Amino acid sequence: MRRALWLAGVLVALVALNVALPRLLNPYLFQIVVLCGINVILAVSLNLVNGFTGQFSIGHAGFMALGAYGSAMFSLHVGQGWVAALEAGHVPGVVAEGFALLLALLVGGLLSALAGYLVGLPSLRLRGDYLAIVTLGFGEIIRVIITNVDAVGASRGLPGIPGWVNFFWVGLGVAAVIFLSLNLARSTHGRALFAIRDDEVAAEALGVDTTSYKVLAFVLGAFFAGVAGGLFAHYLSYLNPNSFTFLKSIEVIAMVVLGGLGSVSGAVLAAIVLTLLPEVLRPVKDYRMVLYSFMLIVLMITRPQGLLGNRELSLTWLTRRRRRAGAPSA
Amino acid sequence: MTGDVLLELDHVTIQFGGLKAVADLTLQIGRGELVGLIGPNGAGKTTVFNLVTGVYAPTVGRMLFEGRPIQGMKPHAIAARGITRTFQNIRLFASRCCRDNVCIAAHQHARAGLADAILRTRRFEDDERDIQRRAGELLEILGLSAWADTPAAELPYGQQRRLEIARALAGRPRLLLLDEPAAGLNPQESDQLMRLIEDIRQRFHLTILLIEHDMRVVMGICRRIAVLDYGVKIAEGTPGQIRTDPRVIEAYLGEEVHADLGAGG
Repeated sequence: MRRALWLAGVLVALVALNVALPRLLNPYLFQIVVLCGINVILAVSLNLVNGFTGQFSIGHAGFMALGAYGSAMFSLHVGQGWVAALEAGHVPGVVAEGFALLLALLVGGLLSALAGYLVGLPSLRLRGDYLAIVTLGFGEIIRVIITNVDAVGASRGLPGIPGWVNFFWVGLGVAAVIFLSLNLARSTHGRALFAIRDDEVAAEALGVDTTSYKVLAFVLGAFFAGVAGGLFAHYLSYLNPNSFTFLKSIEVIAMVVLGGLGSVSGAVLAAIVLTLLPEVLRPVKDYRMVLYSFMLIVLMITRPQGLLGNRELSLTWLTRRRRRAGAPSA
Repeated sequence: MTGDVLLELDHVTIQFGGLKAVADLTLQIGRGELVGLIGPNGAGKTTVFNLVTGVYAPTVGRMLFEGRPIQGMKPHAIAARGITRTFQNIRLFASRCCRDNVCIAAHQHARAGLADAILRTRRFEDDERDIQRRAGELLEILGLSAWADTPAAELPYGQQRRLEIARALAGRPRLLLLDEPAAGLNPQESDQLMRLIEDIRQRFHLTILLIEHDMRVVMGICRRIAVLDYGVKIAEGTPGQIRTDPRVIEAYLGEEVHADLGAGG
C-alpha cells in the first residue's frame, strides 16, 4: 500500500515536472537538466559495477552506445510504424509514443545487458587492471564497429530518430535505477556484492558465488547504461559515434569516484555536479577544461573518499548530523 | 574415533611446481570431534585448509565430506555443503559493519531471489528478518553486540578475531575450520577463546579442525592432534602422545614451541 502511494507520488511528480519544466526553463537549461538525468543513470549504473562490486570497468560508453544505437534502430524500423498504426487506430499520440519508446528502451537495455553478459562471463575471472583493459577494449570495439557500419550511419551519424523523450521518461529512468540500486544495496544480494569488493577470497569461502554476482552486477550496470543510451538517442534525435568515446567512459567513472564508490546518492550528486560544472565554466572559454580538471583534482585531494564516502544521503543521517553539530553549544 | 566420519582426506597431495606443499595426507575427522592441526611454520597447515575449502584443488587424492567427494568444487559450493573457515591473516569485509559481515555469510541460506529483493516482497522481508535476527544472536554469543554497527576495520584486534568466527558460524557449517584463532591474543584472551570454542562446538553441534601455534590452546582443548612437517603428516594422536613423540620434538627442535612441548610432557 505504502509502496503504491510512493509509486503514484513519483509518477504524479514526474508528470507535473514534465509539464512545468519546459515552461519554466529556457531550452538550453532544459537540455542540461535532461543531460543531468541521463548522466545520473549512467553514473548510478556504473556504481553497481565499480562502486558496489569493486570491479574496474572502463567500457561504460560502449554499453551506452549499444543501447543508443539498438533502441534507435528499433524505433526507426519498427517503433515508428507501430506508432503510426496506433495513432491511425485513434490511440492518443502520447500513449502510442510512450509505448514505442518504452519498448525501444527495453530493446536497447537488453541488447546492452546481453553484451554485458557475453563480455562479463569470460573477463570477470580477471581482476583489477586486466579487467579494466578488457572493458576498455570492448568499448573501443563497439565504437569502431559503429563508425564503420553503413546501416547505422557509420561516421556520418544516425539522424532522424523520433524525439519521443521528454522529462517524464528521463525522470522515470532515474527513479528506476536509483530504486533498484538502493533496494539491492539493502539486501542480501547487495551485501554479497560489497563482500566481493572488500575481500573476494573471504566472500567465496563464505558461500558467495563471486563469479555469478560479478556477472550480475555487470549485466545490471550494462542494462541501465543501455537505457541511458536509448534516452540519449530519442532526446537528441541524432547519434554520432564520437559521443561514445573512451572519454565518455572516463567521465562516468569520474562521477562514480567523485560521489564516493558505492554511494548511490553520491553518484547522483556527482553526476549532477560534473554535468553542470562545464556549463557553469563556459564564461572562461579556453580555460574551461583546465579549470574543470583542476577542480576535480582539488575535490579528490580534499575528499579522497568521494563527496559522500560510503554513506547514503538520508533524512535520518542529516538530522543526526545536525543534532551532533548542535550538541556542543547546547 | 567413532564410525561416523565427517571429513576424510584420502592420500591428498598438492604440488606447486617442484614443491609438494602437502604430500600424501590421509586424515579422518569424526562428527563432533575437535581436532588440532599443528606443525612448524610452512608445514602446509593452511594449505590443508585451502584444499578442504576448495581454494586449491588437490593434484592427487580424494576428499570426502559426509561421504561425498568435494575435490574440484568451487569454494562457495563447498561452503554451501557445510564447511566454513576463518583466516589466519584476518580477512573481514573491512568497510561493512559487524552485523553486515555476519549477514553476508548467512547469504547462502536466503530463499528470496533478486526480484524479491528489488521489489521488497513479503518473502524478502521475512528472509531479511531471519538473517538479521540470526546475525544478532551470533554477535551476542561472540560478545560483539556492542560493536554491531561498527565497521569491521575499526574493531580492536581481538574482536576482529571473534568476528571472523561469528561470520564463519553464520554459514551454519557442520565443519568449522579455525586458522590460528589465538594468534596475537594475550593469555587471558586465549583462555576466553578456548572456552568460546568449546562452547560453540557444543551449542552448534560442530566439528572443528583447528590450526594453532599456541600449544596451551591446542593441548588444552583438542583430544586428537595431527602434526604436519614439510607437508607430511609425521604424527597423530592424543595430546599426551604428541608431546612425547620423538619425530614431533625433532620437527620443532630449535623452535620456541619445543620448550612448551617438553615442559608439558
